[in-house]
Amino acid sequence: MLEQILYPALSIGAIGLFFGAVLAFASIIFKVEKDERIDKIAEILPGANCGGCGFAGCSAFAQAIVEDGAPVTSCNLMTAEKAQQIADIMGVEAGEVVKKFAAIHCNGSCDKCSEKCEIFGIDDCITAASLGTGPKSCEYGCMGLGSCVKVCSEDAITIENSVAVIDKEKCIGCGKCANICPKNLIEMVPQKRTAIVKCASKDKGVVVKAYCDAGCIGCKICEKKCPKEGIKVIDNLAVIDYEKCVGCGICAKECPKNVIEIIK
Amino acid sequence: MSYLKEFFSLAVLGVLIENFVLVKFYGICPFLGVSKKTDTALGMGMAVTFVMVLASLLTWLVQRYILIPLNVEYLQTISFILLIAALVQFVEMVVAKLVPSLYSALGIYLPLITTNCAVLGVTLINVQREYTLFQTLSFSFWSAMGFTLAIFLFAGVRERLETSNIPKYLKGFPIALITAGLIAMAFLGFQGLSF
Repeated sequence: MLEQILYPALSIGAIGLFFGAVLAFASIIFKVEKDERIDKIAEILPGANCGGCGFAGCSAFAQAIVEDGAPVTSCNLMTAEKAQQIADIMGVEAGEVVKKFAAIHCNGSCDKCSEKCEIFGIDDCITAASLGTGPKSCEYGCMGLGSCVKVCSEDAITIENSVAVIDKEKCIGCGKCANICPKNLIEMVPQKRTAIVKCASKDKGVVVKAYCDAGCIGCKICEKKCPKEGIKVIDNLAVIDYEKCVGCGICAKECPKNVIEIIK
Repeated sequence: MSYLKEFFSLAVLGVLIENFVLVKFYGICPFLGVSKKTDTALGMGMAVTFVMVLASLLTWLVQRYILIPLNVEYLQTISFILLIAALVQFVEMVVAKLVPSLYSALGIYLPLITTNCAVLGVTLINVQREYTLFQTLSFSFWSAMGFTLAIFLFAGVRERLETSNIPKYLKGFPIALITAGLIAMAFLGFQGLSF
C-alpha cells in the first residue's frame, strides 16, 4: 500500500528535482549578457513598430541606438522629453527634436482639376504615375489612388474627391506616406501653426489656370504680403519657409486662388 | 546489417507512412506558425529534431530504469511532459547563448516545443511499441525529419502563395489550411507502403 503511493511520488519528485537543478545550473552557465539599456530604451520608444526610422522595429532601433550609436532623432515620433530620457540613459546630448506631421501639397479635387484620360483597373499611384504621368491633366497633382492610404498605419489619410486628405490629429508623423508618393506631394512639416501651400504645380500661371481651378499661378502676392518674408515663389510655385512662418494667415486671405491653408 | 535495414525501414515509416504532421496531425501549431519562410522553417525543423531525439533518449532511460523497475508505468505521460518541458528550457538557453540569430528567428515558437504534442507523441509511441534504444533513436530522428520535411515543403508553398493572386477571403490562413489539407491528402498515398 505504502509502495503504491511512495514510489510514484518519489520518482516524479526526484525527476522534477533533478531537472530543476540542471536548469538552475544551465541558467548560470548559459546566461546571455545583454545590455540592459536596450530594454530600457525600447520601453521609452513609442512601440508602434512603424519602421519610419529605417530599422525593423522599435526594439531593433533601441539595439541600434545602444550598439551603433544611431541618432535618436531618426524616430519620427520622438518627443523632446523622450529623447532626453534616452540621452540620459546613454549619457549623451539629445539633439534638437522637432515633431512633424504629413502635409499634402495638392487641393485639385475632381471638381477643380480636369482629367486628361481615364485609367481603369489600377489602384496604385506608382503604377498609374508611370503611365503617362497618370490620369490628371496636372502632372504634379494627387491622383487619389491611395498608395499613401494603404501605407498609413494610423488610418490618418482618406481620399476625398480624388485627393488625399491627411487628418493631422491622427497623423503620428512616421513619414511612410511621404516616401511612397510618386509625385512627392507629401511633405513632413513641423507640428505648429503654419501655412501649407496646397499645390505642387511648377507650370506657368496660364497653363495651371487651363487645367485646375485650385492651382498656384505664381502671382507672388503672398510673397509680397508676408510680414515675415516666409514665402518665396520658386519655379512658379509658392514655397513656405516653415522656420519663419508664424501662421498669421495673411497669405491665405490674400491668395486669389485660395491655395494656401492655415493648419493649426 | 539488420541495424541498417531497421534504420531505413523506420525512415520510410517515420517520414512517409506515419508523417507526424500530415498523417498523424501532431505539431500543427509550429507547422502553421513557423512556416512563412523556408529558412526559419528549417531552423524550427532542426530544433524539433534535436529536442525529439534527446527527449526520446531521456524518456527511454526514464521508462527503462525508473518507471518499469518501480512498476509505475502509468506515470509515463506526466513524467515525460516534465522531462520535455525541462529539456526545451535547456535547449532554449543553449540556443540563445550559442546561436542568437536562430534564437531571434524562432522567437516565441521555441517555447512552443515545450507543449508540442509531436515531441510527447514520439516519446509515448516509442514506449508503447516497446522499441529498443536503437529503434527509439532512429524512429524519433526520422519522425522529426518527417516533421522537417512537411514544414519545409509547406513553407515553400506558402512563399509562393505570398506572391500569387489569391481571392481576398482566402488570403492568409484560409489558403494555408487548404494547402495543408491538400499536402496531407497527398501523403495519404503512402499508407499502402508497409514493411
